[in-house]
Amino acid sequence: MFEKLFSGLRSVLTFLGRGLIDRLWRLGFAARFFLALLLHSGTALRRPQLTLREVYFSGVLSLIIISVSGLFVGMVLGLQGYDTLQRYGSSEALGILVALSLVRELGPVVAGLLFASRAGSAITAEIGLMKATEQISAMEMMAVNPIARVMAPRFWGGVISMPLLAALFSALGVCGGWLVGVVLIGVDDGAFWGQMQATVDFRQDIVNGVIKSVVFGVAVSLIAVFEGFDAPPTAEGVSRATTRTVVTSSLAILALDFVLTAFMFRGI
Amino acid sequence: MRASLHLKGVKNADFDLQRVGHRLTRPTGTSLSFAVMMSCCLVESRLYTLAYDFAVDAQPLVSIDNVSFAYDRRVILKGVSLSIPRGRLVAIMGASGCGKTTLLRLIGAQIMPSQGEVRIDGAATHTLDQDGIFALRRRMGLLFQFGALFTDMSVFDNVAFQIREHTDLPESMVRDLVMLKLQAVGLRGAQDLMPGELSGGMARRVALARAIALDPVLMMYDEPFTGLDPLSLGVIGQLIRKLNDALGGSSIIVTHDVQESLQLVDYVYFVSDGRIVAQGTPDEIRASNDPWVHQFIWAQTDGPVPFHYPARPMRDVMLRSARRV
Repeated sequence: MFEKLFSGLRSVLTFLGRGLIDRLWRLGFAARFFLALLLHSGTALRRPQLTLREVYFSGVLSLIIISVSGLFVGMVLGLQGYDTLQRYGSSEALGILVALSLVRELGPVVAGLLFASRAGSAITAEIGLMKATEQISAMEMMAVNPIARVMAPRFWGGVISMPLLAALFSALGVCGGWLVGVVLIGVDDGAFWGQMQATVDFRQDIVNGVIKSVVFGVAVSLIAVFEGFDAPPTAEGVSRATTRTVVTSSLAILALDFVLTAFMFRGI
Repeated sequence: MRASLHLKGVKNADFDLQRVGHRLTRPTGTSLSFAVMMSCCLVESRLYTLAYDFAVDAQPLVSIDNVSFAYDRRVILKGVSLSIPRGRLVAIMGASGCGKTTLLRLIGAQIMPSQGEVRIDGAATHTLDQDGIFALRRRMGLLFQFGALFTDMSVFDNVAFQIREHTDLPESMVRDLVMLKLQAVGLRGAQDLMPGELSGGMARRVALARAIALDPVLMMYDEPFTGLDPLSLGVIGQLIRKLNDALGGSSIIVTHDVQESLQLVDYVYFVSDGRIVAQGTPDEIRASNDPWVHQFIWAQTDGPVPFHYPARPMRDVMLRSARRV
């Protein structure tokens, strides 16, 4: 009886321990991969056309989803913000509410989440399939380092695209808020823009938002490239890796956002 | 061994010549001594060159010495030794899963032996760092089983890939080189197609053109005949032979297509269960009475090569199912 209980307990502990060790090992592997990626970034930076091509695939092709989402998020913010603010008679502050929400939080976070699902999953799937069809092996056999030639340009392409997309998201969000607040509901145009201009601080709000989006860009691109690199070369392996990219990137964005916000805005 | 003996002999000969030169310089004047010394140097350098050429020719391009390899606990190769001489086309044959492709990966230094050593042009692969391995691979070409073409690049860019990565040639010259390689495989007209638009045979030929882009000293072919129609098969076979003769390097074909390969190659190694079980020239192989070779060449299911993956006897399995009912 006790023996059975003991062996059952032992197998549970073994299972948990193995899971933990596997995860730790993978984290260490990802860290080493990140270092290798940085070390081999010379090619991606020396041959800008390689990185620019990836900026096109990750950034330019994400423009539509980012623009439309930004516009709608801004419009919803306009509606909800007006509804709340007018109760206190301060509907002129709508501009501030829309701009601060977008520039500080929603711009980087929502753009990051969309970027992870649109571009991150595509990067993982592409690299995973390249591995499954032996293209990565072929490159290695041609004495070309795939980390330098395939992974690094995709990583830097993502890192460059992400802040630009977040900025576009915020800008179109503000336009969406203006469209609903000023054009449809009738909030004063001058107050909307004037208060926004007077309150939104360049260093405190905009630069911090840009920093957030750069950090999210690094996180999403690294996770996407690493998952593709580490994907088992089978159909199932690639599909799991793609799913993991979206899930891990989204969680990483939300966790990093909390940490960054805690550091950036704690004194306010 | 022979080469090193020869080199030794050459050094002794040089020593004798220098001694003769010294003896001659004493009674005659400076001019004569200078002339004799110069001629000695010339003879010496020529002898060294000859010796080097001989040494290089005598040394096999690839030598695999008592190599074992295992993926985790699954043993794939058990003490394999073989050598690939320069200028020869050698086939490594065996049933699927016997360790042929693993041998190619070992030669390409994609994996390292757990025991023994693989030497390419005298360099043991397991002692090289990544730069050394890459330097070695620049002189190798590998034709993958399914081509492994880069799907985001056109046929032209695929063939130009290595040339652009490893040389600083102007684009006009890259273009000429790519055209020559594509002409060699008969696909110059397909330069603008994408890999997705090619048939299996065409993709294999483009991959071949890409593999020979930098005129490798060692060409490796992983199952080049699998899944090809008879026409493509014949064309690829002839191409492999012609390329080997034209490039003057060595080639290794890993295959289980016996009849096609025996017509092409100079030497054959048979691998079974991770060991070399037979070897010889095609004529020797055809005439062989070895049960391994006989079973393989005549495609017989009964013989020393097991068809079934190790399992419990069928009787036990059936009886167990019957007991359950």
